[in-house]
Amino acid sequence: MTTTQEKKVSGSVVITVERCKGCGFCVEFCPTEALKLSEQYNAKGYHPPVLVSQELCNGCDMCGLLCPDFAIYGFRIKKDKIKE
Amino acid sequence: MKADPKGVLTGSHFLDGDHACSEGAIAAGCRFVAGYPITPSTEVVERIAERFPLVGGVFIQMEDEIASSIAIQGAVWGGKKAMTVTSGPGFSLMMEHIGLAAMTETPCVFINVQRAGPSTGLPTQPAQGDMMQARWGSHGDYGIIALCPNSPQESFDLTIKAFNLSEQYRVPVLLMLDECVGHMTERVVIPNADEIEAYPRRFYNGPKEDYLPFKPDADLVPPIIKAGDGYRIHVTGLTHNEKGYPVMSPAAQAKLIPRLVNKIRLNADKIIEYREDQVEGADVVVVSYGITSRVAIPAIEQARKEGIKVGHLRLIVVWPFPEKKIKELAGKIKSFVVPEINLGQMVLEVERNAYGKVPVKLVPHAGGTVHNPKDIYNAIISSLKGE
Amino acid sequence: MQDEIYTIEETMPINPVESYLRMDRMPHIWCSGCGIGTTVNCFGRALETSGLDLDKVSIVSGIGCTGRVAGYLNLDSFHTTHGRPIPFATGLKLANPELKVVVYSGDGDLLAIGGNHFIHAARRNLDMTIICVNNFIYGMTGGQVAPTTPISATATTAPHGNFEQPFNLPYLAESCGAVYVARWTAYHVRHLTKAMKEALGKKGFSFIEVLAPCPTLYSRRNKLGDGLDQMMFYKENSEIKHGVDTKTVSLDFQGKIIVGKFVDRERPEYLELMNKHYQKKFGDKYTPYKG
Repeated sequence: MTTTQEKKVSGSVVITVERCKGCGFCVEFCPTEALKLSEQYNAKGYHPPVLVSQELCNGCDMCGLLCPDFAIYGFRIKKDKIKE
Repeated sequence: MKADPKGVLTGSHFLDGDHACSEGAIAAGCRFVAGYPITPSTEVVERIAERFPLVGGVFIQMEDEIASSIAIQGAVWGGKKAMTVTSGPGFSLMMEHIGLAAMTETPCVFINVQRAGPSTGLPTQPAQGDMMQARWGSHGDYGIIALCPNSPQESFDLTIKAFNLSEQYRVPVLLMLDECVGHMTERVVIPNADEIEAYPRRFYNGPKEDYLPFKPDADLVPPIIKAGDGYRIHVTGLTHNEKGYPVMSPAAQAKLIPRLVNKIRLNADKIIEYREDQVEGADVVVVSYGITSRVAIPAIEQARKEGIKVGHLRLIVVWPFPEKKIKELAGKIKSFVVPEINLGQMVLEVERNAYGKVPVKLVPHAGGTVHNPKDIYNAIISSLKGE
Repeated sequence: MQDEIYTIEETMPINPVESYLRMDRMPHIWCSGCGIGTTVNCFGRALETSGLDLDKVSIVSGIGCTGRVAGYLNLDSFHTTHGRPIPFATGLKLANPELKVVVYSGDGDLLAIGGNHFIHAARRNLDMTIICVNNFIYGMTGGQVAPTTPISATATTAPHGNFEQPFNLPYLAESCGAVYVARWTAYHVRHLTKAMKEALGKKGFSFIEVLAPCPTLYSRRNKLGDGLDQMMFYKENSEIKHGVDTKTVSLDFQGKIIVGKFVDRERPEYLELMNKHYQKKFGDKYTPYKG
């Protein structure tokens, strides 16, 4: 977690895997390219997103705004919290 | 509950049936009317438009009857008592929304001043040709109430009754005037507000978290709330569960739709109203409604003068139909005579309930005027001969 | 980018849109890659920042895919008949003016079968917000041509391609009297959220057109790929032109998309006009109508 110290903000996402329909909006339009579609399938047969790396995510919640299935959202993390 | 005195024009007036209907609506507490001009009903909304600003009501002339018939339902969920007013062609356009009101149990009133149809027909002349449409016009199964006044006084009284029944049973109630009653001017006595019953909306008053918008009380009618009260309800024309959520299943359909029918069917005895004149001991019973009930009187009197025992059963509530009464009479009398300004509508109900026990004679009329009483007289005579 | 930082504990527990949804009705019925859910996300976030008392917000929908929005939002919600959410909303608003009334429906519902109601509500300047999700097609009934289908696009009832001129919705809304007119796409989530917030705060007839992918019945049939391909198309081919003349914003098949806030003007709304008029007419005898 050392690299996050250079970032102004850091963040993460919460994914409700079973609600995802694999449209890919979150992956395509993530401004920091922090997401990719998982190799795994959910129960409906879709590939849900996963974080490529938490260090890339700034918690802007663009994925949350775009997700038509309310299956993902982003949030910001306090910097010193990460350092711990 | 008694009527709000605001707007009640207590006293004796010389009014036509359309204007009497407007006054009945105001007395009943109606404060939202949406309508679209159509002969011969327009005078109802004209008087409403004139009177509403000073009694705290909103009248809006919508872009068509379809809009009118759903704007009133929005207003009901906004907390108002509401009605729309039309005639034949407009009534046809409103059918889908009668079904919506039945499905969503939205209490509201539809006024139909009947003219001769089909289509544009005879716009300024009377008929009673929308009686079956009133019962069955919207698709699917549902319960409904319809009333037929035969005078301006009754137009006033039954408009109030229409609002009261709609609130009590959470159904659309149809007031089926005809052009004659609508345009006939007579004495109308408007009582004091404290002599007028105004059935209050059945607002839910239990704990908020327990509220299920479509969970019925013992009489099969669910209590209601209005938008903005914090219940966050969902109201849909789709088949729904007690919470109001759509459920696309035969089981949900089997639970909801029979209740919508049964809340009228099982309460029919409380809803039905008719007048009997010498029905007891009669050989012939004339079954009539609306203006035709008045046209039948000279025919009945003539026959009585000649010693024929003629009873007169006048329907005030036509839907639900007084099945029990007709069944009971069918076992006692020799024939029914049914005059109506159509080619045979309510007569089908009389026939169904007479069940072949006695002859049922229709006195048809294609519309444009009322019957010649002579035709009704002749039918009384010929029905006794088994013709 | 904001510099505010939040702790995990503050933000983790729930997706911010969930408090605006009926979660007991999820998952919703919309297809993978459909843009309607995205617009709902934006609407939830617009509600969050609107400062409105949500108990006083009513949502009214008609019939169709977008017509299902009312049923998913945790507000007083009315799922009416096909084409008629605007007249229902008219009655609701006039009966209780303290309600904020939002009509959320599709292009076919609002502008084909409901077109007459749309133009008259705009003319009257009824105080309501109209959100029209335009996917260029009838989705729920299986991909039939709509009054918004671009020329040459195909549909099940225009299998040889559409030759009818589609509506330019912002132009229509403006000419009929709307006080706020904007168009965005499902890709423009932040702009759309802001527009929805502005429309909610606007007195009078406000109108937002949102272009959204219908992968199942529009883009697949027209060989435009899936929902994501449509979103990428919106991204690459949209041009933001605030305040541009709405005459110039009509849409061609896969052509340039002009988006932005086109109209933001003042005009007294219906009840304001009614009260003013009757006060002038009746003086002290008239009590201003407040519901």
